Amino acid sequence: MKSPKVLGYRRENGKVGVRNHVVILPLDDLSNAACEAVANNIKGTLAIPHPYGRLQFGEDLMLFFRTIIGAGANPNVAAVVVIGIEPDWTERVVSGIAQTGKPVKGFAIERHGDLNTIAAASRQAKEYLQWATELQKSECSLEELYISIKCGESDTTSGLASNPTVGNAVEKLVAMGGTVSFGETSEITGAEKVCQQRAATPEVGAAFMKAWTEYNDLIVRNKTDDLSGSQPTKGNIRGGLTTIEEKAYGNLQKIGKQVKYLGVLKPAEPPKGKGLWYMDTSSAAAEAVTLWAASGAVVHLFPTGQGNVIGNPIEPVIKLSANPITCTTMSEHIDLDVSAILRGEMTLDQAGDKLLDMIVRTANGRLTAAEALGHREFVLTKLYVSA
Amino acid sequence: MIQFLVHEKADNVGVATVDLKAGEVATGLYMDSQAPAEVKALKDIPLGHKVALIDFRVGDAVIKYGNDIGKVVAEIKKGDHVHVHNLKTRRW
Repeated sequence: MKSPKVLGYRRENGKVGVRNHVVILPLDDLSNAACEAVANNIKGTLAIPHPYGRLQFGEDLMLFFRTIIGAGANPNVAAVVVIGIEPDWTERVVSGIAQTGKPVKGFAIERHGDLNTIAAASRQAKEYLQWATELQKSECSLEELYISIKCGESDTTSGLASNPTVGNAVEKLVAMGGTVSFGETSEITGAEKVCQQRAATPEVGAAFMKAWTEYNDLIVRNKTDDLSGSQPTKGNIRGGLTTIEEKAYGNLQKIGKQVKYLGVLKPAEPPKGKGLWYMDTSSAAAEAVTLWAASGAVVHLFPTGQGNVIGNPIEPVIKLSANPITCTTMSEHIDLDVSAILRGEMTLDQAGDKLLDMIVRTANGRLTAAEALGHREFVLTKLYVSA
Repeated sequence: MIQFLVHEKADNVGVATVDLKAGEVATGLYMDSQAPAEVKALKDIPLGHKVALIDFRVGDAVIKYGNDIGKVVAEIKKGDHVHVHNLKTRRW
C-alpha cells in the first residue's frame, strides 16, 4: 500500500508533528503554579503540570529527564517555555530540548519569585505563540508519523476485534516504511514466549525476555495477592477477561500477525529507525502513553473494550472499540466504532483501513474525542522513592 | 445471527457477542476456519463473557487463542459461564 499524504508540521530536525503546541513545561512540582499562570495569561499555550522532579536520583532521575526533555522535544510541540525552581536543572531541560533546534527558553523561580518569573515567562510565551501560529502545515507522508499503540480497559472484544484492527493497521504502516512502538511489559505475562518469538533476532528476543523477567520479578516480589483487580483490572473482569494470560494474548493482537520488532527501547527512548519497536512500559494507560509521547510519538492508537477515556496533552489519542455497549453508552469517547466486526459485517482489513484513514484525518486537523473532551493526562513513571 | 465467536479450532471456550440466556441454543463461528459452532447455554452469559464448549474438571487447562489461559478451579459443564469463579491464572 502506498503511504497516503497527510498535512503535518515539519520541525527543525526534520521530524513531522501533527499538532502545534507551545508548551509551558514545569521542571518540577513546585513550578506547576507558575506554569499554569503563564498558560492562563497567554491563551493558546499549554501547561503540563506533573508531580515530580525533586530529589530523584540514579536511573529514576535519568528516566525523569528523558521524559521531560522528550515531551518538549516531541514534534507536536512548536516551542517550549521551561520553568523550574532553580536554574541548573532548568537549563539541563532547556539544552536537551534545544538539540531539536526548536525555540526553547528557561526561567528559574529562585531569586525572582513566582510573580516576576510569570511575567517574564509570559512575555516569552506570547512571542513563541505568535510565531508558532504563523507556521504552516506542509504535505507529508503517513509513514513519516511515529505511531504508538496501547490498549486499555480491555475486554474480550479487544482481543476479538479492536486489537486485531490495530494489528492490521500496524502491518500496513510498517509495510509502507512507518515507525510504530508497542510495550506494556507486565501485560504480556502469559504470552511472553510468543512475544519473544516475534523479535527480529534472537538477541532482541533475549533483550525482551530480560526486560519482562525483571518486571515480573518486581511484581512477584511485591504482590500481596494474585493481582486480580489490578491486572486484570476490575473493568477487564467486568468485561469478561478472567486471567492475565487471556489478557496478554489479546494484547499481542495489536502487533499483527507477521511484523517483527527490531529492538527493545528503554522507557521514553526514541526508536532507532523505522519499523516496529518494543518499549519497556507499564500497562497503566496514562503512564505508558506519556512515555511514548516523550519518545517522540505523534499519534497514539488506543483500542478499548470497557471504555478507558485517556488522553495526552501533546500526543493525540485515537480511540477505537468493538464493544457495542461501550460504543453506545460512551460514544463521545470513541473515534472509531469497529463493533461491526463482531456481527460479521466488517472485515479486519476494512477496519484497518478505516483506522489508517482516522490517523490521516487526525493529522489533517480533526481533534480526537479525548482532545475535544479535554483529556490531558500527563503522568510520569517513577521507578522508586526520592532521596 | 452470530451469538458467540471462537478464536481458533483448538479453543475450548467461546466468547458471547450478545447476551446469552440460560437454556438458549446459541449459534457461533470459528474465526480461523469460519466453521459454524453451536452450544446450549446453561447460565445467563453476558456479552463478552466466555462460554464452555466442553466439560472441564478441576486442574484442566482453558484454551483460548490456541493457548493455555489458566487452570480450572471448579468443575465446569459444557454451556457454563467460564470466569473468575471457576478459572484462575497460573501466574502471580
